[in-house]
Amino acid sequence: MTTESKETKGIWKVIGASSLGTLIEWYDFFIFGSLSIVISTKFFPADNPTAAFLSTLATFAAGFVVRPFGALFFGRLGDVIGRKYTFMATLLLMGGATFLIGCIPSYETIGFWAPLLVLILRLLQGLALGGEYGGAATYVAEHSPKGQRGYWTSWIQTTATFGLFVSLIVILITRTLMSEEQFDDWGWRVPFLLSIAMVYVSYLIRKNMDESPEFKKVKAEGKTSKNPLKESFGNKYNLKFVLLALFGAAMGQGVVWYTGQFYSMSFMKTVMHLHTDQADMILGIALLCGTPFFIFFGWLSDKVGRKWVMLTGMALALLTYRPIYEQMYQLTNTEKKTELVDKKEVKEEMIEKDDKIVSQIITQRVYDDGTITKEIITNQPESEVKKDLHGHPIVQQKTSVHLSGMNYVFLVLLIFIQIIYITLVYGPIAAFLVEIFPVNIRYTSMSLPYHIGNGVFGGLLPAVSTYLATNAQSLHDPEYYLAGLWYPIIISAVCFIIGALYINKSIYAKNQ
Amino acid sequence: MEFIKKILGIVWLILAAIAAYFCIVQFGFPKFQTGHQEDLVFGIIIVFILTPIISIGLGVFGYFALTGEFDESKM
Repeated sequence: MTTESKETKGIWKVIGASSLGTLIEWYDFFIFGSLSIVISTKFFPADNPTAAFLSTLATFAAGFVVRPFGALFFGRLGDVIGRKYTFMATLLLMGGATFLIGCIPSYETIGFWAPLLVLILRLLQGLALGGEYGGAATYVAEHSPKGQRGYWTSWIQTTATFGLFVSLIVILITRTLMSEEQFDDWGWRVPFLLSIAMVYVSYLIRKNMDESPEFKKVKAEGKTSKNPLKESFGNKYNLKFVLLALFGAAMGQGVVWYTGQFYSMSFMKTVMHLHTDQADMILGIALLCGTPFFIFFGWLSDKVGRKWVMLTGMALALLTYRPIYEQMYQLTNTEKKTELVDKKEVKEEMIEKDDKIVSQIITQRVYDDGTITKEIITNQPESEVKKDLHGHPIVQQKTSVHLSGMNYVFLVLLIFIQIIYITLVYGPIAAFLVEIFPVNIRYTSMSLPYHIGNGVFGGLLPAVSTYLATNAQSLHDPEYYLAGLWYPIIISAVCFIIGALYINKSIYAKNQ
Repeated sequence: MEFIKKILGIVWLILAAIAAYFCIVQFGFPKFQTGHQEDLVFGIIIVFILTPIISIGLGVFGYFALTGEFDESKM
């Protein structure tokens, strides 16, 4: 076997071990979000204000507050004791926390302890995720042959998207294998419990890996940092690179990533009223088709440079988000479609809701382009009808839209385009962050801007965008549904200008 | 190019101040007054997490840019 093929085989082992672990960490992080509705009914009853408060904390804190702290805590460890043992620790922490969430008795059984334990474990998940990514990216980059870091680290970049995909698939399979009652009763725990097996396999693989060669060399020379936090953020020379990494790359990447993967999903379900299963399927197809492009743009960044690949993604996003979302909105806007009146169906059904029998009027309409809408109006008993501020009764109405034919394909394409933007900004960013910091403080310095960019700027996107859209709607803006996009557009625009002007080859050439 | 980078430092400083105003006055404080707990948590995160990162972080970045820390010779 030639030296080159041995080297390639070695790097594949490194990629396999690192990517699998990171994939599992993202899977663990996402199943909580994907199962949030069932979790809230088991642990966070809405009629209990303390439990509801803990629920909000679990949702926000794990993503925004704890991830950067995890980046600092584990980043420091990784720069002092080594990459391998640190990201083994994050893996075990994440796996243990996820498994234990699946074991916690419900609120009905142990009362207040249930939401409290879930909150603590969710925070541990956030902490572990904060430490994992930087370790995996650094570890792979430090094993990569010269000039190929973009390509090899891009495998790590696929794991976040693929982790979301796997979490949706595992939940879907679990749901399919049992009845709705079984899933609601105990089946929802299966995806959490499964995590321990996945983590164990990943642990066995990672256990036999060597420490990164660059870190080993620095350690052997006695050049490791004594205080990586102080050197990263207390030293003006390094701090300016941390700020540049955040405002010139990670911030824009975070909002593009969240817009494509999460805002698009929420837009399809709540603004376009697309049927949940169809929205999930459309996003799933787009994610699956888009994932190979992480590798392509990582590879391309080795050839043409990281900066312009990432900035192209941001520029395209800020220029095209509004037309893309306008097109998406019009796909289900029935005001501009012709209804096939003879195919209209109206029926009344009696259903059981909260131990009471109520009637539902279901109206199904078919349009000339194959779009089907289903409107369900639930008639509440007189005593339970809620009223709005003006004293008018609030009608319980739910509309779902089903697309078919070319409209369906076109929507997949529009989501796929957004996934391509994600791959442009996200594919090369691990290599970019690794290369702007020296080996002795790399884990700490690169983890923080990444998790602030992705976790804070990206993570707040749903809340800020919803606020902007609601505000625009209350001001009777006819294009209120596009108002939420101002947040990712403005952040991407600022990030693009900073990145284009201040990032230059000399800042990462010294660490290549 | 070095001159533009320095001048834009002022823009980043102004942007940091505008961001602080919007985060605190427009997004943050109104959330404290709604009486809903989920709004309270959101308000706390906006005021105590997002605002310092944007306004202090971007402010320091702007200061570095204005003082020539991002000049080619200092990279």
